[in-house]
Amino acid sequence: MGMGKTFAEKILSRKAGREVRAGDIVVVSPDYCISHENSASICTTFSSLTDRVWDPSKIVITLDHTVPAPAPEYANGHAVIRRFAKEQGLCHFYDLNCHGGICHQIICQEGYSAPGRLIVGADSHTCTAGALGAFATGIGRSEMASVWACGEIWLKVPETIRVYVTGRLKPGVCAKDFILYLAGLLGAGGAGYKCLEFDGPGIGRMTVADRMTLCNMGIEMDAKAAVCRPDEKTEKYLQEAGASDYTAIWADEDAVYKRTLEIDLADIVPAVAKPSRVDNYAPAREVQGEEIDQAFIGACTNGRIEDLRAAAAVLAGRQVAVRTIIMPASCKVLEQALAEGLIQTFVAAGCTVMPPGCGPCVGASGGVLGDGECCISTSNRNFVGRMGSRRSRVYLASPITVAASALEGEISCWESEEQNGTEDF
Amino acid sequence: MDRREEIRGRAWKYGDDVNTDVIYPGRYTYKLLTDEEAASHALEDLDPDFGKKMRKGDILVGGWNWGVGSAREQAVKCLKFKGVGAILAKSFARIYFRNCLNEGLFAIACPEAVDAIQDGEEISIDFEKGRVVTPAGEFPFEKYPAYVMGLVEAGGIIPYTKEKLKNRREERA
Repeated sequence: MGMGKTFAEKILSRKAGREVRAGDIVVVSPDYCISHENSASICTTFSSLTDRVWDPSKIVITLDHTVPAPAPEYANGHAVIRRFAKEQGLCHFYDLNCHGGICHQIICQEGYSAPGRLIVGADSHTCTAGALGAFATGIGRSEMASVWACGEIWLKVPETIRVYVTGRLKPGVCAKDFILYLAGLLGAGGAGYKCLEFDGPGIGRMTVADRMTLCNMGIEMDAKAAVCRPDEKTEKYLQEAGASDYTAIWADEDAVYKRTLEIDLADIVPAVAKPSRVDNYAPAREVQGEEIDQAFIGACTNGRIEDLRAAAAVLAGRQVAVRTIIMPASCKVLEQALAEGLIQTFVAAGCTVMPPGCGPCVGASGGVLGDGECCISTSNRNFVGRMGSRRSRVYLASPITVAASALEGEISCWESEEQNGTEDF
Repeated sequence: MDRREEIRGRAWKYGDDVNTDVIYPGRYTYKLLTDEEAASHALEDLDPDFGKKMRKGDILVGGWNWGVGSAREQAVKCLKFKGVGAILAKSFARIYFRNCLNEGLFAIACPEAVDAIQDGEEISIDFEKGRVVTPAGEFPFEKYPAYVMGLVEAGGIIPYTKEKLKNRREERA
């Protein structure tokens, strides 16, 4: 048996300043903290602890779940955060006039996440930032107030599941299809308390956007963190994001894993997670013809430019049969989509283009579901009531499958020779 | 919370993978509600009768992966405000478990006890001895690690952090 260490063991050893193994408890200081609308609640709790944050340069706040404010109580919450950011001199607050977007997009796109960094976020999808080689994990609001106050957090060093990925995705198949397959394989609690380590040539061939989709859904298997091995693509992305002063870290060759899975991307097919469990996996062709009322393309899972390109390629010159909501993950993504003519394509196809944010995914704003309605969505959760009424249903799928389904008004598979997913070669 | 305290109440039993969105729906998550308002929405999308049948000190009993999903702390707080004495499950989703510790709500993982318990019967949890006591017998559970117990005994993350900040100030003085 090897004596080497996993990514999680190595990064937490470095942060703790001592050699630790899975099961040990460390007290560590995060490089960045992320939060969103729930910052209003964090601010209130924080005020009961102390009056100054430990380091205003390490706190990143965006507004994304309820933007622009759809009701006075949301506007009041935003106002609390705005006031707090000013009082505390927070330099990374992305208000609606600050070119922001979904917090998990901003943390990557703006250079906060980088290899070897430790990120905590008051949101379960904080694990998305692991796509760039960081250890990123979600916590609750009170705990975030505590981190803001004292600059440290305790973490149990997790065991790791290694996912070694080979091969190439077939045309029309996306990283989303792969992660839905993995969720079906491992189950909704299958990576509980563990780190998911993605490695192998299949991951190397994926774009950073695809890797974000994978890590984003780590939490759907209850992973504590999910991470992809950093490479030249990571470096290039970070250069554009303006990240510097980081030191990459990766697992030893002889690391000890709880479990290792090997998956060939050639075996992956267009897929859905049927209502109302993420691990309710089915190949999309098995549910073809299922009627839908709404299609949603966006969220921290699939709201990036690569996802919009893939959807636009399907929708170009056609008309959607049901209401179709397009929500870019950030202002930068929206700008790129405008420059590339994708927004024109969506509008011409009859889609509703929304400002950057993530409201519909959590049933908070901007396209929620009514009683008995069915939505096919690129988001990450299909729990009962997740997108609105508790009598609504949600299918999760890739941007290509969602776009193809929007055209038909029922779940459909996209079949095209030239369509190559979002993979870049 | 005090580990010497015995928790006793009726058991309300639910299934596997009970998620945060049915415990506390997203439509309330980003509103600032009072404790009572938050409590009134507890388990709204899972068991609409919960609010009526639940009495202070009752114990929620769940299957595998209780609390899967969102980091939303209200999914713990609404139950605490409602007066839930503890949550007993076969296992807990990670962030949910952490939120329980941080909010001072006992979260006990004990699959054998869960299987033995019938919906509505009275059970108790003896934290000092590390046992769940049910009509069908007593079942031991694994106690928290020492570090975590310190957090729990302080009453959760907020009192714990207050103490930490106070000690830091004293060290500096």
